[in-house]
Amino acid sequence: MADFLSLHNAVARYVEDGATVAMEGFTHLIPFAAGHEVIRQKKRDLTLIRMTPDLIYDQLIGAGCAKKVIFSWGGNPGVGSLHRLRDAVEKGWPCKIEILEHSHAAMACAFEAGAAGLPLAVLRGYVGSELPNVNNQIKFIDCPFTGERLAAVPSVRPDVSIVHAQRADRQGNVLVEGIVGVQKEAVLAAKHSIVTVEEIVDELNAQPNACVIPGWAISAIAIAEKGALPSYTHGYYDRNNRFYKEWDAIARDREAFSQWLDSNVYNAADNAGEKA
Amino acid sequence: MSLEYTASEMMTVTAARALENGMTCFVGIGLPSEAANLARLTHAPDVVLIYESGTLQTKPDVLPLSIGDGELCESALTTVSVPEMFRYWLQGGKVSVGFLGTAQIDRYANLNTTLIGDYASPKVRLPGGGGAPEIATNAGEVFITLKHSKRTFVKDVDFITTLGFGRDGKGRDSVPNIGRGPTRVITDLCVMKPDPETKELVVTSLHPGVTREQIIEATSWEIRFADQLESTPEPNARELEVLRELKARTDRHHAGE
Repeated sequence: MADFLSLHNAVARYVEDGATVAMEGFTHLIPFAAGHEVIRQKKRDLTLIRMTPDLIYDQLIGAGCAKKVIFSWGGNPGVGSLHRLRDAVEKGWPCKIEILEHSHAAMACAFEAGAAGLPLAVLRGYVGSELPNVNNQIKFIDCPFTGERLAAVPSVRPDVSIVHAQRADRQGNVLVEGIVGVQKEAVLAAKHSIVTVEEIVDELNAQPNACVIPGWAISAIAIAEKGALPSYTHGYYDRNNRFYKEWDAIARDREAFSQWLDSNVYNAADNAGEKA
Repeated sequence: MSLEYTASEMMTVTAARALENGMTCFVGIGLPSEAANLARLTHAPDVVLIYESGTLQTKPDVLPLSIGDGELCESALTTVSVPEMFRYWLQGGKVSVGFLGTAQIDRYANLNTTLIGDYASPKVRLPGGGGAPEIATNAGEVFITLKHSKRTFVKDVDFITTLGFGRDGKGRDSVPNIGRGPTRVITDLCVMKPDPETKELVVTSLHPGVTREQIIEATSWEIRFADQLESTPEPNARELEVLRELKARTDRHHAGE
């Protein structure tokens, strides 16, 4: 059964320097509070996996936590670039990072294969794309039954996955509602997992087909109220679209970014931190 | 009496008209999303819109800023996981049209959203592939919409993120289980379609008031024009009204008001 820990202790216990970490949440339920805790604990040389790096990895990259980023779409949705990601890739600030890029379909399949305990994922993908020229983790295999050429990528099997959800009950069972992304797959694919939640309740009241992750399949639960801001938690609070737009100016400038990090992460308590 | 409208509005309305009731459309964020929802709110109320966040048959009241805004989930018939979306619905052959935008497009409708320059030391790093590489090959056909300029319409893209018809126009030949690929490109100046033989993009329709010279000037290769060049119909009053209301609603919503 999952341990109920403070966010500080959960990150201290499970996120080690050099670890492979997946913080998932497809636009929705992005675990920002946990990401900020990783920054505050100055974790280094992480391999960060996420379909859409979003602001959370822009912040971790800018703070110097990342050695490598595996992703499939690295932009600020509807706004533009992730300037900290670009600065690291183009200019090596604050440190040079390696990137490995996929398509969404391949990464989604790779998470699913990880959850299924398989070494690889197979998909009808990357046809005619030049991504296989720059990512040696994309291979092609022939179907043994039909001979069709299919793409293969290694499954995602993180040391630790971190996701955010609406709530857990007192046994640590977690309910995820709304856009569920690849959160369940990320948790099941990882050696260890941390789930941050808005609240702990007596009864989950989940419908029969709801997305529920059993407490015995999770390593640690930590309460992080508003822990997904500036992304959102369906049923609790909306996405702060204004902050996503403001981020463009903050992240464009190293000095502005460093100041933002000081005020909103290093000198903030271990909760969401953002001006919500 | 003709109506007043901008080139952007002309582009969106023309892109919207490409969608019809009965189509199932996998929608890219930005211009495609604007056009797809305009179609749904005007002539194609039964068009099925799906977004890669897993939101199936969604009817947003405001345009999403991101591909996974809560609005998409709340107004959807159902929301599935992202692996299910790509595996069952897209790869499984349930999507008739993929509607995409891009940063760069070339004469064979290959799309580049990865980078400008050289991969090892890029001049400009772009967001990357996202859903596009598999949308473009697993959807029945592909519509593309973007603004026309020399910078975006290049002879050969720096990087093929997403297949149009390959470097030689033959990229889909004898590939099993692949969609037809791009069937039209809608810009703020014109509509282009691939030549049936060579697959090179050809201008088939000029928007009202646009000259051939303008298009030649805004395209980095020697663009060809169809023998039977058409004139794109103007937007009507209802389309403009619905589009303007949709955009105003969206702006108010994203300003956090």
